Amino acid sequence: MPIHEKSLIRPEDLETHDELVIDGVDVSGHWSTFIRSRVVTDYNEAMEEEIAALPGGEFIHRCWQCGSCTNSCTVHAVNPEFNPRYWIYLIRLGMESELLRDKDIIWQCVSCNKCTYACPRDVFPEGVMKATAHWLEAKGHTPKSPSMLFDEVFTDQVMATGKIEEGRTIRSFFKATGQPLKQAWLVEMVKRMLTRLPIKLMMTMGLATVFRPRTSGWGRARAAMEDYAAEQKRKQHAALGLDGKGHDGKDEPQIPAAAE
Amino acid sequence: MPDGDKYKRVAYYPGCALEGSGHPYNRSTKAIGKALGLTLDEVKNWNCCGAMEVKNIDPKLQTYLSSRVLSIAANEMGADVVMAPCNGCYHNLKKAEYDLEHDDASVEVTEQLSTKAGHATYKAGQVETIHALDWIKDAIGEEELAARVKNSLKGLKVANYYGCMYTRPRHIFPEKDQGEGSESTSKPHFMDDLLAAAGAENVEFPLKTACCGGAHTLSDSDISTKLVLNILKAAEAAGADVIATECPTCHSGLEMHQIRAETEFGEKTQIKIVYFTQLLGLALGLKPRKVALHENISDSFELMAEKGLV
Repeated sequence: MPIHEKSLIRPEDLETHDELVIDGVDVSGHWSTFIRSRVVTDYNEAMEEEIAALPGGEFIHRCWQCGSCTNSCTVHAVNPEFNPRYWIYLIRLGMESELLRDKDIIWQCVSCNKCTYACPRDVFPEGVMKATAHWLEAKGHTPKSPSMLFDEVFTDQVMATGKIEEGRTIRSFFKATGQPLKQAWLVEMVKRMLTRLPIKLMMTMGLATVFRPRTSGWGRARAAMEDYAAEQKRKQHAALGLDGKGHDGKDEPQIPAAAE
Repeated sequence: MPDGDKYKRVAYYPGCALEGSGHPYNRSTKAIGKALGLTLDEVKNWNCCGAMEVKNIDPKLQTYLSSRVLSIAANEMGADVVMAPCNGCYHNLKKAEYDLEHDDASVEVTEQLSTKAGHATYKAGQVETIHALDWIKDAIGEEELAARVKNSLKGLKVANYYGCMYTRPRHIFPEKDQGEGSESTSKPHFMDDLLAAAGAENVEFPLKTACCGGAHTLSDSDISTKLVLNILKAAEAAGADVIATECPTCHSGLEMHQIRAETEFGEKTQIKIVYFTQLLGLALGLKPRKVALHENISDSFELMAEKGLV
């Protein structure tokens, strides 16, 4: 093959001619395929710094592109498009438009930390994935991901009561994402549970949804955490140049916030 | 070998999951503790450790939440050791310990929040956080455990599944990878050791520390189902009858996505999913109800009867 790793070049960047003569030499056939030259001018020079300003992104500058993160990645094994090493590369170069091609899958990092374990430079790629997903949302490039919505309903509940009651978290999440509670697998799971669960336990579980388990005297901890979260939100807005406005002039950028 | 007596009475942090979907783990942990003469003092008025979610809102909020649990154990209960059976809780308490030892900014935020919340600030080193596996290993040990077995797990083929948060990232577990006797982060073996002492036959299982997709179990269910299916199939291919678990999120994830793989992908697997504490309880001669075997969604009664365990 005249072009090595041709599969890595996007089709729109390839130019093929059935018949082509250059300087009097016939270069038809394999030799007639060219990679279109590209000139990148729209670097976002602030991107690395902005992502580094978000929690988890702090050590992105340490990356030396060895690829251990992608090699060990759980999600990459399921979807080869999921490529932390490549995204870190694009962020550090400021190639925003290139990064945006993958904007809808970056949130899918499952936080298994295999990358963090493998990384020889302590980049903490798992944190960089979270910071990048937050950045994409804050800048208005993506809507809130299902994962972010789950993190929010979960954190709201912990902030409010100090504890999690799973039934409530699931219901809030399904509501926030507009999903019905009656999903085939969930119905099947509940059926199997009901065949053997003792009535007493079911009653306890049922009561937990009415009388929410809570940490007593939680009010002061809650207030302290809410103040802290609000202050962090302000700092992150400032670091991303979003004071009150999104990058498109949109109001209310969707920066992650725990407090209601 | 650490001083076993130190671990015979520990502060017990069940965490939220063990009061909900992980109830069988809670019950079987308490039951084997009782059977082995170990005392669990539940951490008073505990709160959520932050699980896998709060850190995505802000990591230092998570550090604070976990530090409050450690602070109560250390300052209000005078405990030396906190035992957390849930991998998520265990991981977060370890992470808080690490951050409070190494990161000034985390110390500052934790101090600020603890003061405002009106409780003593936790200081790194006040307590030791251990997992339920460490607890049995350190307080009892394989030899004594083997001597106490009334109903050997002989003939039961087990795939030991440890998940992510028990070993990763390595730096928050400084006691691991310290040579003989210590736990390994790449090839964990504490659960294998304990179940082998109880007579089980551990199979060679390559996905011990694979991820079940627990963090996105609801928000990205298809990926979680695929990851779980890999684990279930690998365990079956390795010849296992059961997957032994040591984390409520992994356990529920395996149970839930085993069903989801059936209903959504038409992929049926037969393998049973059981907490290691339930297996140890059965080996110690406890009745299946005592270890809440009937509360598992994965119904293992027939198998256990076949093996003479119930």
